[in-house]
Amino acid sequence: MDAYLIPAVDGVAYGLLLFVVAAGLTLAFGVGDVLNLAHGTLFAFGAYAAAKISDGSWGSLALAVLVGTAAAGLGGALLSLLLTPLAGRGHLAQALLTFGVALVAGDRLTAMFGKDELALTVPKSLDRPVDLAGHSYPGYRLALIIVAALIAAALFVVVSRSRAGHFVRATVDDREMVAMLGVSPFTVRTSVLAGAGALAGLAGALGAPIIGAGPRTADLVLMLSLVVVVLGGMGSIAGALVAAIAVGEIQTIGVANPDLSTIAPFVLFGAMALALAARARGLLPSGRSA
Amino acid sequence: MRFLRYLLTLAVLALLVSFAWTLDRYATGMLTRILIIGLLAVSVALLTGVAGLPTLGQTAPFLVGAYTTANLIEHGHTIGVVHLLAAAGMGAAFALITAPLVVYARGVVVLMITLALGELTSTLAGRWKSVTHGTDGISVFTSVTPLPGLADLDTESSRYIYTLAVVGVLVGVVLLVLRSPAGALLRATRDDARRMRASGHPVAGYLTVAYVAAGALAGVAGALLFTEQSYVSPGDGGFDVAALILLAVVIGGATSMVGALIGAGLVVATRDWVAEAGHAPLLLGLLFIACVYLLPNGLLGDHAALSYLNRLVRPRSRPAPPSGPPPAARIPAPRAPAAADETVSEPVSEPGAAR
Repeated sequence: MDAYLIPAVDGVAYGLLLFVVAAGLTLAFGVGDVLNLAHGTLFAFGAYAAAKISDGSWGSLALAVLVGTAAAGLGGALLSLLLTPLAGRGHLAQALLTFGVALVAGDRLTAMFGKDELALTVPKSLDRPVDLAGHSYPGYRLALIIVAALIAAALFVVVSRSRAGHFVRATVDDREMVAMLGVSPFTVRTSVLAGAGALAGLAGALGAPIIGAGPRTADLVLMLSLVVVVLGGMGSIAGALVAAIAVGEIQTIGVANPDLSTIAPFVLFGAMALALAARARGLLPSGRSA
Repeated sequence: MRFLRYLLTLAVLALLVSFAWTLDRYATGMLTRILIIGLLAVSVALLTGVAGLPTLGQTAPFLVGAYTTANLIEHGHTIGVVHLLAAAGMGAAFALITAPLVVYARGVVVLMITLALGELTSTLAGRWKSVTHGTDGISVFTSVTPLPGLADLDTESSRYIYTLAVVGVLVGVVLLVLRSPAGALLRATRDDARRMRASGHPVAGYLTVAYVAAGALAGVAGALLFTEQSYVSPGDGGFDVAALILLAVVIGGATSMVGALIGAGLVVATRDWVAEAGHAPLLLGLLFIACVYLLPNGLLGDHAALSYLNRLVRPRSRPAPPSGPPPAARIPAPRAPAAADETVSEPVSEPGAAR
């Protein structure tokens, strides 16, 4: 059991990171009614910002986080603008448009930053092992767990307590009713997509040392967060948290154990297909509440 | 008019056959790839446009068919018809096994279930080394013989003619079936599944038949792929391929099989020919964006049917919210004479009652 302690803690770090990304995707789907296939690319914005700007000092990390979050937030707002003419055309057109944007942005990112995985530098005071129940553990990951948990807590407070959060939850429940209250659906969608993008960029800037910054990052993050969103109930933030931790554990324990590493992807996508099919047949509640 | 259409079809077929002698090796190879992707796109259009099941997962039976053929060739079976039948059978079997996951869902949920199925299959292809040789893929350089007694397919143009014959026959069969009562039942299921069920039609059964048939078509496309490139790897059926084919189908208009073939031609030509100098993702991405904006109904799409498809693709039955701030007039007037209101709204509330 002891051999699984470190991967299990790694799984929490990975899972919380995934939660920050997937929370954005689930909000975009539940609130904005947008299936955003460019979400992984927004994560890559943050990851590349961290790889290029962060050089080991705290100031550079803060700048990277700021730049990555702002760039991805702007990207989300731009997506919302691009989606405006598609009102009433359904998810298929949205999926194609956002996938097209992801292809274009991915090509530009590769042209700017090259085809290789970039090396990541973390602040020196965090770049050393700490003692964790008799094991040495990378300090950056422990710090990431704390920061990601804080972000998750802040997100819960914003969604459940603030006025903006009320509108977010109300829109998930009844979009037309919110529109009749005088809140423009365009404003709601744009702010949610910008916020979702900012979350993805933030997660990218903080999580690049764990997930990586390269041409394959966007696809990996998109696939994992789609699994999280689906398992979490498509629109539910609490569900996404549970699902993200589970996916993080499966990923890291699977990688740590060669016997399990073969089956990890099957567990993820198999669970996703079964959850969707079960919901389609009415076996699971639809869980559409934030 | 009908005579003209036959004449046009014959002329197009004759032109396609003549390409085997008039074009160079490279162009012939690209046309072969277009036909293969085109057959796969037809299977996607059958599900997306006709059956109302938008899919990102037809690359799964496609891979199954390709690996089936690769294994047959590795074990010394080089007869093309055997490959086609085995690949069709395995593709259909795959679809039959996964059908319970797919045919009860609607709209964007189908898109995500099939995405998961496609990812599962390409991951399995990368891991099941004894059958698939893992991520290295299978590569066997043996010429295929279409039927015992015929010449080997050892030139690019012979493989092109073989592919053209198989794809032509299968697309013809699909078009005939769609014009028959079976096609009408499928379209009716897409347009109003509830009404069909109420009239005693086994909706899930119809969709299963369509899904299995599409699986068989995709399996055959996989067999043709291996015959053409003598190589298959999990990347031949990845998410990017699935998205590309969905794009081809949407360009073609989703409900049209010929449109799917044309869309496949456009997409493969962009990927392999226009983007030869690199930046294929950039050009394809721009193609995605342009066709979403400029071709809302595709090239040959059925407008009325597509409006149903768009409605199906939404997760809820409610109509789309208006974009932009809602004017005050949108707030409905209070329902003053309740009794009169109800008698008026009663017959209208039954969907499709006017038709």
